[in-house]
Amino acid sequence: MNVDIRRQGGVGESVRRVDGIPKVKGAFEYASDLHRDGMLWGATLRSPHPHAQIISMDVSAAAAVPGVVAVLTHADVPGKPTFGLDVQDQPVLAKDVVRYAGEAVAIVAAEDPELARAALEKIAVNYKPLTRVTDMEQALEKSAPPIHPQGNIVRSLTIVHGDPQARADVWVEGMYETGMQDQAPLGPEAGLAVPAADGGVDLFIATQWLHADLGQLAPCLDLPPEKVRLHLSGVGGAFGAREDVSMQIHACMLALRTRRPVKMSYGRQESFYGHVHRHPARIWMRHGASRDGKLVNIQARLLVDGGAYTSTSPAVIGNATSFAAGPYEVPNARLVGTAVFTNNPPCGAMRGFGAVQACFAYEAQMDKLAAALNLDPIELRLKNALRSGSVLPTGQPIAGVAPVRACLQRLQALPLPPEESALDRDPMLLPGGAGNVGHGEALKRGVGIAVGYKNLGYSEGFDDSSEAWVRVSVDNEGPLAEVKTAAVDVGQGLDTIVTQIVRSELGIDRVILRQPDTAIGSAGSSSASRQTMMTGGAVQLACQAVRAEIDRQGGLADLRRPVEASRVFHHRSTGKLDANGQGDPHVTFAFGAARAVVEVDQELGLVRVVQLAVAQDVGRALNPQSVLGQIEGGSAQGLGLALMEEIALVEGQVKNASFTDYLIPTILDMPPVISEIIEEPEPGLPYGAKGVGEPSTVVVPAAVVAALRHATGRELRRAPVKPDDLVGL
Amino acid sequence: MVVRVKVNNEWREAEVWPGASLLTFLRDRLGLYGSKNACEQGECGSCSVWLEGALVCSCLVLAAQAHEREVRTVEGLMADERLHPIQEAFVEAGAVQCGFCTPGFVVAVAELLQKDPTPSPATVREALSGNLCRCTGYQKILDAVSLASSRMRGGT
Repeated sequence: MNVDIRRQGGVGESVRRVDGIPKVKGAFEYASDLHRDGMLWGATLRSPHPHAQIISMDVSAAAAVPGVVAVLTHADVPGKPTFGLDVQDQPVLAKDVVRYAGEAVAIVAAEDPELARAALEKIAVNYKPLTRVTDMEQALEKSAPPIHPQGNIVRSLTIVHGDPQARADVWVEGMYETGMQDQAPLGPEAGLAVPAADGGVDLFIATQWLHADLGQLAPCLDLPPEKVRLHLSGVGGAFGAREDVSMQIHACMLALRTRRPVKMSYGRQESFYGHVHRHPARIWMRHGASRDGKLVNIQARLLVDGGAYTSTSPAVIGNATSFAAGPYEVPNARLVGTAVFTNNPPCGAMRGFGAVQACFAYEAQMDKLAAALNLDPIELRLKNALRSGSVLPTGQPIAGVAPVRACLQRLQALPLPPEESALDRDPMLLPGGAGNVGHGEALKRGVGIAVGYKNLGYSEGFDDSSEAWVRVSVDNEGPLAEVKTAAVDVGQGLDTIVTQIVRSELGIDRVILRQPDTAIGSAGSSSASRQTMMTGGAVQLACQAVRAEIDRQGGLADLRRPVEASRVFHHRSTGKLDANGQGDPHVTFAFGAARAVVEVDQELGLVRVVQLAVAQDVGRALNPQSVLGQIEGGSAQGLGLALMEEIALVEGQVKNASFTDYLIPTILDMPPVISEIIEEPEPGLPYGAKGVGEPSTVVVPAAVVAALRHATGRELRRAPVKPDDLVGL
Repeated sequence: MVVRVKVNNEWREAEVWPGASLLTFLRDRLGLYGSKNACEQGECGSCSVWLEGALVCSCLVLAAQAHEREVRTVEGLMADERLHPIQEAFVEAGAVQCGFCTPGFVVAVAELLQKDPTPSPATVREALSGNLCRCTGYQKILDAVSLASSRMRGGT
């Protein structure tokens, strides 16, 4: 897709990023770049044990190190001892028990980072290891020790749709598994806490949701919310990793105690311990269809590993279960989802949020079903595809647009890349590439497709509203629009979209965005593909109010005093699921389809992805270049899950907490991505625009592994697929 | 120990502990925050700088190794307050999202185009394989390289 890039412009144009120039200059200030004269550096002591009792702790040797200003433990937490997005069950600092290897136990503030780290080694903690639960199925066994007083089930839900006993002509069955993926944003967790004269604290922080942080910080710090002021700092990527609190409370505790600014900035290794990951999943599915290829009945059981604390596990398993039947009409289903506690690292939000794991399973099933029915895999999907008005297994009808068929047909129409001979090829273009390990003697090509969907915004009755403030004034340079929200640009380009909306609504080119903080109302999280819809909607409403007042005063030319307005945007209300999993849980949906072309070296088990193609339902592309960037970047994270990305856990210990050992796709791993943008405006959403961040990540893992199955004929029930799974053993 | 380095044509000196990396020296002692710390192991290229004209990961070089030598960082790329054509191309091609990897990429691309003004796509991929980006999927970075290459040779 060719895009016409503009320096300025409104909705629908590929306007240059508003933060592009400072970022290419190296002048954009990320949280890890924050500094103040006289600041201290914080560091965190973490548990080496996945499950242990803390018998005793002695910090005196650490506190005696010259240059160490404070050493704090659970006894120093000023207020509520626990935090958490949904349920506050995670200790700010562990008291008598640790539940995962990497849990925070004590914090230090010192004059420089090396001193702080050295002091950690002088803290003596006496642990008594407890029986650990490091497997999600083991967590459900009666003999498993309860990790929390209420047991090991975080949430279990069952969706019963039609007659789950319904008979079908043809059945296919499978077990599928996905690994624990890390968001691996390039910018590690960081922030700077500055004590204030009023006894409160100002925290400059890279986060996805300022107000969710505030809601957890204030009670733990025992301060009224107005004395805990959060200011957004530059965010170096997020992908879900910054939705939960990491170092926020710790930095504030140290600043309040020492009365000095305190910076905490994780290294890469600590980043792996300091944030939640994508839930590993084990999914069983059984699909029944009529002989002519109509789905009749889907049975599914989904189990996800939530790790040691709740985080967003209830919503992730809600999503995975409600999407388990895929973007298909099916009259009967029984879908059972369970999230469990284990002594593995906590899992929470990552791009795709439960929909990725479900798609991996249901799309493998659809291919199996196509084979059993002797149907073309795309034809089978087209025959069963959801459409506007279709009823989902939860009983929720699809009120908006659902271009599932269009997604598939656009992929169908794309020519396949030409076959290339292995013989006279640059070795870099063979599986194994730079390693020069093979010469393409045993190459096999495969093509796979997958289609899937994902909710936009928060679900099951959550009102994740967003507030925006807009002010218009006229100075000697002409009209100026200023905008403030608490919404976070994590890199996805929200600030640019907001600027475009203001230009379109007000016809004013000069737009200034004020730095987000908690002085304005919540914008909700930069997650769930929701900010364009929610904060975009709030900015549109505020602009319209300002515009009406300007018109009332006779227009911009006659404007004497600045005009301002604040507005809050709410999405349509949703509802909780009943005991049978029936209800109206989701706001609306975005759909996508992917086609992967792969080459497998069957002797080496190495893979080269030749090409990815993604057709995505975007409602309306408010900034086409930015939409393509989201599709391409989301595809890369999907390719990573399919082929290489997994946190290696052995008995609860992370074995690959580095970029040397946890591999993310490089520029040599990523093939060209052909993006097909499908624009069918969604009624009820501002400009008809859907969020665009997640669908490609949902479908690409399933498509890549489908292509590998096509190339090798193997079942490949687990992602990431490893060379051992592919070699001819 | 005191380390003295000519950074972006200006002699600078600061006190560091002997184990400090060049990256720490640049960021925490000289306040040059453009070079980023994302992996501390030379895997991601976010801290790329030139040391005596050679492209290095500054996290893998001791500050002491740069003593009395010349370093050029991303902050030294602009001339007369004007963006370098590579910086311009990154903005225009949409190669910047979160931007954390961007300074390292810009430096690595400058090194590449200095050596090979018209690199083939395979050469570009190989040259940039030491730089990780988590946001873009690299496609727009490749677009930016070809745009910059064309502009630097006088095209539009």
